[in-house]
Amino acid sequence: MSIAVETDDELPVEGDYNFAYLDEQTKRMIRRAILKGIAIPGYQVPFAAREMPMPYGWGTGGVQVTAAILGKDDCLKMIDQGSDDTTNAVSLRSFFEKTAGIRTTYETSEATVIQTRHRIPEKPLTEDQVLVFQVPIPEPLRFLEPRETETRKMHALEDYGLMHVKLYEDIARNGHIATTYAYPVKVNDRYVMDPSPTPKFDNPKIDRMAALQLYGAGREKRIYAVPPYTEVKSLDFEDYPFEIQKFDKPCGLCGAENVYLDEVILDDRGGRMFVCSDSDHCEERRADGHLGPMAADPAAADIAGPTGKETAR
Amino acid sequence: MYVAVKGGERAIRNAHKLLARRRRGDTSVPALTLEQIAGQLAHSVARVMGEGSLYDEMLAALAIKQARGDLIEAAFLMRAYRTTLPRFGYSRPIDTARMLVERRVSATYKDLPGGQVLGPTFDYSHRLLDFALAAEDDGSDLPVDTAPVTDEPMPRVTDLLGEEGLIEPDPVTDEDAPVGDLTREPLSFPADRDLRLQNLARGDEGFLLALAYSTQRGYGRTHPFAGEIRYGEVEVEFFAEELGFAVTLGTIKVTECQMVNQFQGTAKAAPTFTRGYGLVFGQVERKAMSMAMVDRSMRWQELGEEQTAPAQDVEFVLSHSDNIQATGFVEHLKLPHYVDFQAELDLVRRMRAEWFDRRKADATDGNQGRKAAE
Repeated sequence: MSIAVETDDELPVEGDYNFAYLDEQTKRMIRRAILKGIAIPGYQVPFAAREMPMPYGWGTGGVQVTAAILGKDDCLKMIDQGSDDTTNAVSLRSFFEKTAGIRTTYETSEATVIQTRHRIPEKPLTEDQVLVFQVPIPEPLRFLEPRETETRKMHALEDYGLMHVKLYEDIARNGHIATTYAYPVKVNDRYVMDPSPTPKFDNPKIDRMAALQLYGAGREKRIYAVPPYTEVKSLDFEDYPFEIQKFDKPCGLCGAENVYLDEVILDDRGGRMFVCSDSDHCEERRADGHLGPMAADPAAADIAGPTGKETAR
Repeated sequence: MYVAVKGGERAIRNAHKLLARRRRGDTSVPALTLEQIAGQLAHSVARVMGEGSLYDEMLAALAIKQARGDLIEAAFLMRAYRTTLPRFGYSRPIDTARMLVERRVSATYKDLPGGQVLGPTFDYSHRLLDFALAAEDDGSDLPVDTAPVTDEPMPRVTDLLGEEGLIEPDPVTDEDAPVGDLTREPLSFPADRDLRLQNLARGDEGFLLALAYSTQRGYGRTHPFAGEIRYGEVEVEFFAEELGFAVTLGTIKVTECQMVNQFQGTAKAAPTFTRGYGLVFGQVERKAMSMAMVDRSMRWQELGEEQTAPAQDVEFVLSHSDNIQATGFVEHLKLPHYVDFQAELDLVRRMRAEWFDRRKADATDGNQGRKAAE
């Protein structure tokens, strides 16, 4: 399909875009990088990221990966902060609806491709699904060593001493590791990897996940991958084992426990409510009749939005 | 309220509508035409073409109009459009010695073959607001005396110096040797000069200006002289395999700056003048000069100089020069981050609680200590 039609004197006219926006050659280039990433789990593969029609930092890496793997039969779920209806998730979903004309969904289990920013769905994913992460800074060592020339060398030599020293100093100074998101992991006992800025709560889900995980960083021009059932270990020490965040309350709306919660400020008098960050998970539970301690609160109606699956398509 | 980040679809749609209305402004005032922007805001258009990395004055004018005059946003529109264009191949190197010169100045010679051509410049205008422009005066009846265009050759100053062997020769490269292209291959380090120059040509004018300025103030001094700055039209040629010869595709306007830098020589190289090179679309002299100075600064390694300053640091300069990347990553902080913030909230609350506990424990210990001493 043509991208734009240019006549002699006139400005180009907006025409049809290729399926999922990117031209086929670019998609092939990206797929090659993805395959290399899958072959070397956790290794950051440089790729010639393109300028996309959304700004760097808005998920251009994830969008390029998704565009490269989408087929006409795929069903796409797009989340940001765990939710399907945050503004950028809405915007990116409509981008693919427009350029690929594929089916989209809010339901985790219905999706074949899930693109996410900052969260992993609570419901376990399956072998038939691909999880695409938007990554701002792919280099886990970047804040310890700003130079790419140096960090590439450190990965090549498997020299991760600096990272362990950092974690050790955290413990020495604070009594615990002061990293709450983008918590470094070691993939397949070889590469230290940044799981993107998901809270460390989600780290255990990355380990031996049934679904393929693809990570795309557009501005930094890197792709990396974790193949299904790959061992992914969060860095820790024997006497200071890795721990995830625990919430002492269940979700105010659906009563779910052991899920990641968002804190919602209800008023300026200290009123607070904790609700599921994964909005689809929460809706599904409420549809099944689960009720949280604050479900009857008038504030809950506002937060929950239209109930059930009315908004899904 | 929390609701603000929910149900984004309608909010986005309405925001777009509002933006469109704000962009248009007061409808009792005629809308800007692309011809007006391209013709009367030429410096903006040139900057957008350069940093947008696409030479098309009307598209740049459209981008500026659409971006409400935000030039980085306009350059971004050009970049995003540019990536969708098919590539037929690479043109032949342009020959700036054959430029149809509109302006050409050298700071190193009083007079030289081809002469000094001042051309359109702000250099000697007094910066007094011209209130006549605010009135109806459209400046169209100004008579201008220009020298007749002659065929007199206008050799580059660096070529004149080169004949005497006083300046390092331009590196000789095989014409068939591949030239790097960072829009097709991700930038990696060490980056050769072809990639560095491409990166600088697309780089942010303000960033390069500040870096060049820093070298003048002692952060990696390069002793530059503006050997020559020329601005005008050059032909772009494309070698057509089917025809077996090069055909002219059209002309572009460029500014070229050749900086001539003093060089003391090292154990490796004899004392000679060295080059810094700048080339940008349109008349953007500030950037062409800055680019030439930063290019020269980054050549410290091949010339056996010491690296002491930010402008010499290739990885630092090339990784941060692109304003489309920079503005994206800085501005993405506007996107919701509340999941990570929640994790940090939890940690800070915990650490504060521990801190207060410790302090309380210390105070109790201290009191007991004092009592024991009494």
